[in-house]
Amino acid sequence: MLMNLFKCKGGVKPPTNKTQSITLPIATAPIPSRLVVPLHQSIGGTPRPIVQAGDQVLKGQLIGEADGWISAAVHAPTSGTVVEVAMHVQPHPSGLDAMCVVIAPDGRDEWIAHQPFDYANAAPEAVREYLQQSGVVGLGGAVFPTHGKLTPSKTVPMEELVINGAECEPFITCDDLLMRERAEEVVRGIGIFRDLLQPKKVLIGIEDNKPEAAAAMRAAVGALGEPFSVVVVPTLYPAGGAKQLIRVLTGKEVPAAKRSTDLGVQCFNVATAYTAWRAIAHGEPVVSRLVTVTGNVHAPRNYEVLIGTPMDELLQLATPHPDTDGIIMGGPMMGFLVPDRQVPVIKATNCLIAHDDRLFPPKPPEMPCIRCGSCAQACPHELQPFEMYWFSRAKNFGKTQEYHIFDCIECGCCSFVCPSRIPLVQYFRFAKSEIWAREREKNAADGAKARFEFKQLREEREKAEKAEKLAKAAAAQAAKKAAEAAAAAAAGEPVAEGAAAAEPVAAEASPVPVAVDPEKAAKMATIQAAMERAKAQREASQPKNTEALKSSQQKEIDEIEARRQAAHLTEAAPPAATGEKTE
Amino acid sequence: MMFAPAPFLLKDVSVSQVMIQVCVALIPGIAAYASLVGPAILVQLVIATFAALLAEAVMLKIRGKSLALFLSDGSAVVTAWLIALTFPPLAPWWLVVTGTVFAIVVAKHLYGGLGQNPFNPAMVAFAVCIVAFPALMSQWPSVGLQLRLIDQMNIILGWAPRVDALSGATPLDAMKTALKLGDSTFDVSTLLANQDIYGNFAGRGWEWVAGGYLLGGLWLWHRKLITWHVPVAFIAAMATLSGALWLYNPAQFASPLFHLLSGGAMLGAFFIATDPVSGCTTPRGKLIFGAGAGLLAYIIRVFGGYPDGVAFAVLLMNLCAPLIDLLTQPPIFGMKDKA
Repeated sequence: MLMNLFKCKGGVKPPTNKTQSITLPIATAPIPSRLVVPLHQSIGGTPRPIVQAGDQVLKGQLIGEADGWISAAVHAPTSGTVVEVAMHVQPHPSGLDAMCVVIAPDGRDEWIAHQPFDYANAAPEAVREYLQQSGVVGLGGAVFPTHGKLTPSKTVPMEELVINGAECEPFITCDDLLMRERAEEVVRGIGIFRDLLQPKKVLIGIEDNKPEAAAAMRAAVGALGEPFSVVVVPTLYPAGGAKQLIRVLTGKEVPAAKRSTDLGVQCFNVATAYTAWRAIAHGEPVVSRLVTVTGNVHAPRNYEVLIGTPMDELLQLATPHPDTDGIIMGGPMMGFLVPDRQVPVIKATNCLIAHDDRLFPPKPPEMPCIRCGSCAQACPHELQPFEMYWFSRAKNFGKTQEYHIFDCIECGCCSFVCPSRIPLVQYFRFAKSEIWAREREKNAADGAKARFEFKQLREEREKAEKAEKLAKAAAAQAAKKAAEAAAAAAAGEPVAEGAAAAEPVAAEASPVPVAVDPEKAAKMATIQAAMERAKAQREASQPKNTEALKSSQQKEIDEIEARRQAAHLTEAAPPAATGEKTE
Repeated sequence: MMFAPAPFLLKDVSVSQVMIQVCVALIPGIAAYASLVGPAILVQLVIATFAALLAEAVMLKIRGKSLALFLSDGSAVVTAWLIALTFPPLAPWWLVVTGTVFAIVVAKHLYGGLGQNPFNPAMVAFAVCIVAFPALMSQWPSVGLQLRLIDQMNIILGWAPRVDALSGATPLDAMKTALKLGDSTFDVSTLLANQDIYGNFAGRGWEWVAGGYLLGGLWLWHRKLITWHVPVAFIAAMATLSGALWLYNPAQFASPLFHLLSGGAMLGAFFIATDPVSGCTTPRGKLIFGAGAGLLAYIIRVFGGYPDGVAFAVLLMNLCAPLIDLLTQPPIFGMKDKA
C-alpha cells in the first residue's frame, strides 16, 4: 500500500542498538520477593488506596481507586498480603518518595474473578469508564489515562487515528517484540479505539528498522479484515514522538497549546492498544508490561514484568556486567538514571539500560556556544535552541518564552548534536521549572492581594451600611420631632389672627411654613419627614468630605450656590454648564 | 548517586573538529595560492598561527580559562589562517602579527572569547591594518614575479629592501586604478585581453585560488558545516549587481565572472560570511546576510577607495546580524499558519 509520507524537520540518527535485545522471544519475569506498587502511575489525580496492611489481595484486585476523571485505577499485580501502604522512593529523577502499596506475594499468582466486558452492548461512556477502572494508560512513556483520549472532539470530525509503533529511541525493543508476537491482540485493541473515536482512517506507523513487526502487523490486519494501513516510516529519532508521527503520517502539526483531537487526529501506542484489548476481552487490568532489559548485560531481552518489581531484581535476570554503575529507565535520549536500584517498575517503564562508561562515556567538558545552528537544524519542533540556551543561562525567562521554550519536548536532539557539548535540554528544564516556580509565587502573591482587597471592600461596605442605618434613625427622629411640633402648632394656641403660622417652628434649615389648619399641618409634617429622610439618604451617599462642614465653609458654599442661581436667572445657560464641568 | 542528564548518547562532534575541518577546506585554495605567489604564503600562515596561539594563550591565562580546553579548540588557528590569506603575501611579518594579535586580543577576547565576538576577528584585523597601514596593505606581488623562498623570507622579515616589484596590485585594484585614470582608450575588454597581466579571465592564476576556495567551500557544505544560504546569496547578489552594471556598460564595468573570481569573493562567500558566531543564524537571516555582504563588497570594491570590499562588507553585515536574526525568526512546529 503506497502512501504519501510527510517530511518532519529536524531529528537525529543515533546508533539504534536494538539488535541486541531482539534475538530472544519475550520471557515472563518471575514473581519477585516483594512488589512496591506506586499509587500514582498516570498523569492526573493520585488514586486513593483502598487496602491496608494485612489485607489479602488477589491478582488484579483493585488497590487504588481513580481520583477524578484524569486518573486511572491501580491493581494488585499478583496475589499475596499487603505489607504496608507507605512512602517509597520513586523511579523519578527527583528521587522523591510517594505513596506505594507493598505486597508480599504468596507465589500462587491467583487471579481475582474476572470476565470479559460486554463491549458490543456497552455505551461509549461505559467503555471509557471500564478502561479507567482497568488502569489502562499510555504505555509509550507518557502514561496519560487512555480513556481520557477516547472522546472525539464535538466540533472537529475525527479524521485519522494514528497508532504509534515507531519506537524511535535507541535500545528499546519492547514494542517491536509485542508487535511480532502479539500483533493480533494489538490490532483488536486498535479496533476498540476505532469504534470509540470513529475516525475516517487508521494509520499504524512503524519505523523501517522493524520489518518483522511491520510484516506481523500487516498479517494480523489482513487476517482480521480491518481496513487499517500499516505504514513504514523512515528511522529517525524522534519519529516516535506522538506529534512527530502525526506529522509524518498526516502532515498535521499539533501545536503545544492544542490537543490533537482539535485537528481531528488522535494517537495511541501499540502497547496501550494491547492492554486495552486484554482488559476488554479478558477482564484483565494492567498489572504487567513489557520491559526491554539491555545495555551492559550478558543477555539483553524483553520481559513481561509485574508492575512493582524492583528494578534491580529484573536487571539480574539479564545478568549485568560487574562494572554496571547505574540503571537508566527509558531510552538513552530521554531516559534518566534511577535514584535507587530498588525502585519499582511502573507502567511508564519501557526499558532498563544497565549503565557503564563504555556504552555511555562521561560527557566531555562544556564549551561556549559558537552559534553553529546544528541544534536548530536538529530540533523537531523547529525551535532555536541556542537562543533559548542564551536566555536560560542569563535567566532572562521572559525571552525564553518568546522563543517558545514550552514547545520544547526535551527530546535531546539539540544536546546530541551540539559540538560544544552543551547540555541544552538541562538548561531548558531549568528555565521551565524556574518559570513554573515564579508563576506559582506570582499566583500566591496575587491571591494574597485579592484577599486583602476583598477585606478592604467588605470593611468599606459595612461602614457604609452602618452610616445608612444611623442616618435612617436620625431621619426618623427628626420626622417624629417635626410631627410633634406640627401637632403642637395645630392643637396649641391658635394665637390671635392665626397669621403667626408664617414663623418656622422646626429646624432653622426648614423653610416649610407651618400651616394653621391641623389637617394641613399633619400633611406638611409627613412631607417634611419624607424630605428629611431624602436628605439623610443623600448625605449618606455623598462624599465624606462634605460632611461636618464648618459654618464658614457652609457659608462659602451657600454663597457660591447663590451666585450660580443668580447666573442662571440673569445669564444664558451655557456658562453655568461649562462652569460646572470644569469645577 | 550519579547525576548525568539525558541524552546519554552524544554525537561525535566537537568545536575542534569543526575548526579542523574548516582548515582542511582551506587547503585547496592555499595550494593554488602558494603555486601562484610562491611559498611566502606558507611562511605567513606559520607566523600568523604562532602569533594567534600565543595571544590566545596569554588571554586565556589572564581570563582564568582552561588552556588545555580552549587552546586546542582550533578557533584561533582559523582566524590566523584567514588573516594570512587576506593580507598581502609579502607583507612584513610585524603587520601580520599586529593584525593577528589585534584580532585575538581585541576582537575576540575583549568581547568575551570564543562564541561571543560580534565581529569577525579576521576581518577586524584586515580593516584595522588597511586603515592604519594602507600602503603596506596594498602591496601585492606583481604577477609573474618568481622569488626564491629565501628572498621572500628576507622581504617578509625585513632583511631585504621591499623591491619595486612588490608595489603591484591585485587585478581588481589595477583595473580600478586604470579606469579611474579616465584613460578613455582603455576599457575593460582591452585590459582583460592583456593575458600577461590578467590571466585567462580574472587575473593570472587568481581564478585558480578562487576555484580552490570554491572547492573547499563545497566540501564544507557537503560536510554540513555550512548551509547553502550564505554562499548562494552572496554569489547571487554580487553576480546580479555586477551583471546588471556590466550589461549597462560593458566598457566600464567588468563581468560578474571577473568579480566572483577576483579578490576575496570566494573566500568571503564560503569562509568569512559563513562564520556563525558573527553572522546570522536563521535561514532567511542567512540569505539577507549573504546578499548584503555580496552587494556591499561589490559596491566598496568598485566605487570605494579600498582594493577589495569583502572585509568592510562583512563587518557592516555583522553589525546588522542581531537585528536581522530577530526579525527573521522562522515559524515553529505547529504555528506555521500564524506566521
